[in-house]
Amino acid sequence: MEETGIGIWGVPLAILAGAIRVSTPFIFVSLGETITERSGRINLGLEGTLVFGAMTAYAVAVMTNSPWLGVLAAMATGAIFGLVHGWICKWPKVNDIAIGIAMMQFGLGLAFFLGKSFIQPAAPHLPSIPFGFWSSLPQIQAALNINVLFIIGALLAFTLWWAFRNTRLGLILRVVGDSTDAARAMGINPDRVRLLATAVGGSLAAIGGAYLSLYYPGSWNEGISSGQGLMAVALVIFARWNPIGCFLAALLFGGAGALGPALQSIGVTQGYYLFYAAPYVLTLVIMITTSSPTRSLAGAPGAISLTK
Amino acid sequence: MTVQANHPAISVASDDPTALRPLLEWIARRAEPVAIGLAAILIGLGLFSLFILAIGKSPAMLFQLMYTGGFGSWFSVQNSLSRAAPLLLTALCVALPARLGLVIIGGEGAVVLGGVAAAAMAMPLGGAAPAFPILILMAIAAMVVGGIWIGFAGFLRHYRGVNETISSLLLSYIAIALMNQFVEGPLRDPASLNKPSTKPLPPEYMLGNIPGMDVHWGLVIGILACILSSILIEVTSFGFAARIAGGNVRAAQIQGLPVGRLIAGFTAIAGSFAGLAGMIEVVAVQGSANASLAAGYGYTGILVAFLARHNPLAIIPVAILLGGIDASGGLIQRRMGLPDATVLVLQGTLFIIILFCETFYGRFKIFNPDLWKRSL
Repeated sequence: MEETGIGIWGVPLAILAGAIRVSTPFIFVSLGETITERSGRINLGLEGTLVFGAMTAYAVAVMTNSPWLGVLAAMATGAIFGLVHGWICKWPKVNDIAIGIAMMQFGLGLAFFLGKSFIQPAAPHLPSIPFGFWSSLPQIQAALNINVLFIIGALLAFTLWWAFRNTRLGLILRVVGDSTDAARAMGINPDRVRLLATAVGGSLAAIGGAYLSLYYPGSWNEGISSGQGLMAVALVIFARWNPIGCFLAALLFGGAGALGPALQSIGVTQGYYLFYAAPYVLTLVIMITTSSPTRSLAGAPGAISLTK
Repeated sequence: MTVQANHPAISVASDDPTALRPLLEWIARRAEPVAIGLAAILIGLGLFSLFILAIGKSPAMLFQLMYTGGFGSWFSVQNSLSRAAPLLLTALCVALPARLGLVIIGGEGAVVLGGVAAAAMAMPLGGAAPAFPILILMAIAAMVVGGIWIGFAGFLRHYRGVNETISSLLLSYIAIALMNQFVEGPLRDPASLNKPSTKPLPPEYMLGNIPGMDVHWGLVIGILACILSSILIEVTSFGFAARIAGGNVRAAQIQGLPVGRLIAGFTAIAGSFAGLAGMIEVVAVQGSANASLAAGYGYTGILVAFLARHNPLAIIPVAILLGGIDASGGLIQRRMGLPDATVLVLQGTLFIIILFCETFYGRFKIFNPDLWKRSL
């Protein structure tokens, strides 16, 4: 990013721009994981789902020349990954955290395997809306060039927040997540709810992947995700299973991730690689300060294995 | 958790006439993980064959090549053994905490920092000093750093209630950033241009091969670590306490066991093994610390540990098997025109099926001597 003209002000602007640009995958994966975890299950495999979604979206966009078909295809594969995870985890003695790690490896392997032939061609990008038209500064215009998926993600966060509280579906999800027995007593089949919640979570995570390959960085390669899918799990804990919290936390992560490049652009190069660690350090510090050894986390679904 | 408890003492004392009964019981109990494990591997290979068929290739040829590339000749066996060496240690990094019920997935971080610590240790001491003490110092440095790194995740788990799976993972990303910073910054060898590295170790500091083989000493170190871990878990009171705490933390606390120290201690030992894997990678393979340290050994180690059901001795054959699968990747790529990720798909499939088959433990009467009477 060129910083001519606005000097030091480029740093907060670049962080804001970075936050908006980088946060979108985090928003989708963490919202998906929130739905899954609210139903009482954890899916650590979303990293694999995300990368496989990125590959699918890219491949389909290349073949059909439509980025939106790519997003839909990614959602479908994400849902399939979620169904597999959900189906396996309904069996007794199967550890959902371990299955998640296994699904992650499988998803990554399959994405690299099938995506080998798509490293070269260029897919059409997802559209973005230039909210910075009022400014003559190119930096501001670039920063406010906001992708449609970011806006959808933000709306989705508020919708989910509302739906958890006010809809029948939200109530069912929360009951299943808090107590398997209570759900059975109400005549709800907890396994089926969890299966569907994991599938929805997977399809949302795959949208995050589609954003990576179809907008930013905007191409498919094997290093496309640097742990966004896994970080989202930490992010959900940090956001206390609250969709709006997820949205804000994702912005914070994006901003932390943009700190290094922003400082580098004004000539601060000391410790450049350490800034890459900023989002991870931030998450860890927040988890340390907000956790407690004696009580489970506030807002945590009762049936979840992560916080026990 | 099984509902019915296993009481070997009761069943041994039963009025069964045959003297063979205790032996049969012993076999049955040990046969269960082997039989279920083998069945899981067969199912996994079957599913993987379907995948290979679906993309229009021959699974028979693939398995043939996999055998040839991994174990078909003395050369390929040695290659597999070399690749197994770091996996033994990173698998221990998962298996030991698992005995306490902890899922640590950040071994990769301890590997890279262990490698950097070893390289940093060798730097000021380089030149005149004899090799053996330096190698020992490098190993200690790597183990201390790796131990602190994973031990911190254990510490956070017990004293702050932070989930160890997530914290170890975050720590591993932080470790990789730290490594890049060290290797690009203060420890960088100015002569390394495209691939920033620390200064190469002098050849006499490199860990040599086992006499008569083309396999470095890392394999022996890894196997020793597995045997020591097995003794730690099965024989010592420390390991016994850990198994109790792993079964039921509340019960262990009521018994007055130092659960906090057990968790911190086990995770620290586990991390020190992963750190050692990093040191071996530097002194036996790379010759310097650089980004190649983050080659995924930490993640494959998770798979090895779960395949071995967190049994340190079972890790040895499983690591060699996976080392062989890894080693055959290149051959499959060349002969069949399949991407190198084929091996990853296979590993992922096996991993999922093996974890799925956990559900069959305790379901078959034949493996449970307490149920024999009623069925026979």
